[in-house]
Amino acid sequence: MDLGPYLMLASLEGAVGAAVLALTALGLSLVFGVMRIVNVAHGEFYMLGAVLAWWVTSMIGGHPALGFVAAMVVAPLVVGLIAAAAERLVLRRLNYDPEATIVATIGLLYVIQQLALSTYGADARPVPAPIDFRIQFPWFGYSGYKLCVIVASAALMLGVWLVLTRTRAGLMMRATQYDPETARAFAIPVGRVYAGVFAAGAMLAALGAVLIVPIQQAHYLMGHDPLLLSFIVVIIGGLGSLRGTVLAAVIIGMSDGIISVFFSPTLAKILATLLVAFVLVWRPTGLFGARAA
Amino acid sequence: MTAMLKVDGLDAFYGRVQVLHGLSLEVAKGEILCLLGRNGAGKTTALKAIMGLVPPRVGAVMLDGVDISLLRAEDIAKEGIGYVPQGRRLFAELTVAENLEIGLMARNSPRHARDRVLDLFPVLAERLHQRSGTLSGGEQQMLAIGRALCLEPAVLMLDEPTEGLMPAMIQRIREVVLLLRAEGVAVLLVEQRVEAVLPVADRVLFVENGRSRDCVRASDLGADHALLHRYVGVGA
Repeated sequence: MDLGPYLMLASLEGAVGAAVLALTALGLSLVFGVMRIVNVAHGEFYMLGAVLAWWVTSMIGGHPALGFVAAMVVAPLVVGLIAAAAERLVLRRLNYDPEATIVATIGLLYVIQQLALSTYGADARPVPAPIDFRIQFPWFGYSGYKLCVIVASAALMLGVWLVLTRTRAGLMMRATQYDPETARAFAIPVGRVYAGVFAAGAMLAALGAVLIVPIQQAHYLMGHDPLLLSFIVVIIGGLGSLRGTVLAAVIIGMSDGIISVFFSPTLAKILATLLVAFVLVWRPTGLFGARAA
Repeated sequence: MTAMLKVDGLDAFYGRVQVLHGLSLEVAKGEILCLLGRNGAGKTTALKAIMGLVPPRVGAVMLDGVDISLLRAEDIAKEGIGYVPQGRRLFAELTVAENLEIGLMARNSPRHARDRVLDLFPVLAERLHQRSGTLSGGEQQMLAIGRALCLEPAVLMLDEPTEGLMPAMIQRIREVVLLLRAEGVAVLLVEQRVEAVLPVADRVLFVENGRSRDCVRASDLGADHALLHRYVGVGA
């Protein structure tokens, strides 16, 4: 194969990775932006989404699309409920203290991971793709499902943006983000906003995982890479900046895909981490981060 | 005269430090009460305690005869208290329209509450889609007051609203506060500077070390410099 088609294949792979990464990182960025919480357990919500997707699709027979659609609904909902419970039982009791919540979410990471290991097991299990067609390019065929992942992820991100900018709930979230005390003085139930945002962040990770699980398999340790990459993306994009997060996800996801295809996945991670170091040295607030007030 | 807002024996703490020691005050409908005192006397904390942002440990806050001191902060605003915090505390990244919308949402106020605010402060109408952080100081203060008025409050609390503003702006804000008083709103005003108080206040309550001290009619204060000297450290 010539370089051109090869580069195109690599770019497509990169775009799929970028799409899912953007969705996952958006969840992390939203939680940090509004609540100032660094959620180390974010990758485990992703893993839970994938494991639940396997569970739902294996329960429901018939056409694979049926089970997949059910998984798209059930997995994020269950993950959202678990996240909301964690917010009520743990984070709220720590008064959202930035340092204490890091330690608490590390604990949460292991609790969720070990629960998954002891119930779901150590096997990697596949989920059938809901649609099965290939798009035939002149040089190679490409999975139609993967292209759908890109479209679905873009649609979900558009949805998040619309909720944030066009709805009352979004306005409450943004007001809480800038000044929680004044928000309470204007009848905004900050506690409920926090629970909702934490759940929504986890649900975005779960949605990303449901989309990816027909491509990768569900495994109890699969949350590590998305967590690392999400952190990289959120730091490069600027903590709490949703625009920056999406842009950085495209940069990191694309380069991760392309470098992985041409060289090796390890080199891709090395370069991404190096980029974070450079950003932290020369532009500590990230591409779109606001200066600290 | 019946009190619209009656605060009785309020104790409030920041952590272990007690800031308010049995603070009491009363504001009637259509009256402007001014809290006057030195820096750190507890004036701002008094407003925050009434709003539930610093929950009082002891004491009652009666709004039109109903005790609201046990409500959560987010429910107190719904009872009809408009709050203009010190330093304005606008949602700086949000637009002027969005800041007003947050005021409207608090009690599901009708649309004409917003029209009213834009009538009072026409300059805001020209800047609806501008980020509120980019307004001038005076415009920001007008927006902070407008946001509170969007609740159509029975009680309006303003914390140093004229701090650092130009005389023309101070004049406009003073006119609006007097207009609200004429409409029967109970106004609780916190100030540090005497000259900002005397033209508008009906009564002045001196606050010292978190305790309410003398309460006098503003018209009597002009002649009595001893009180000013004692509590604020100015005067003859």
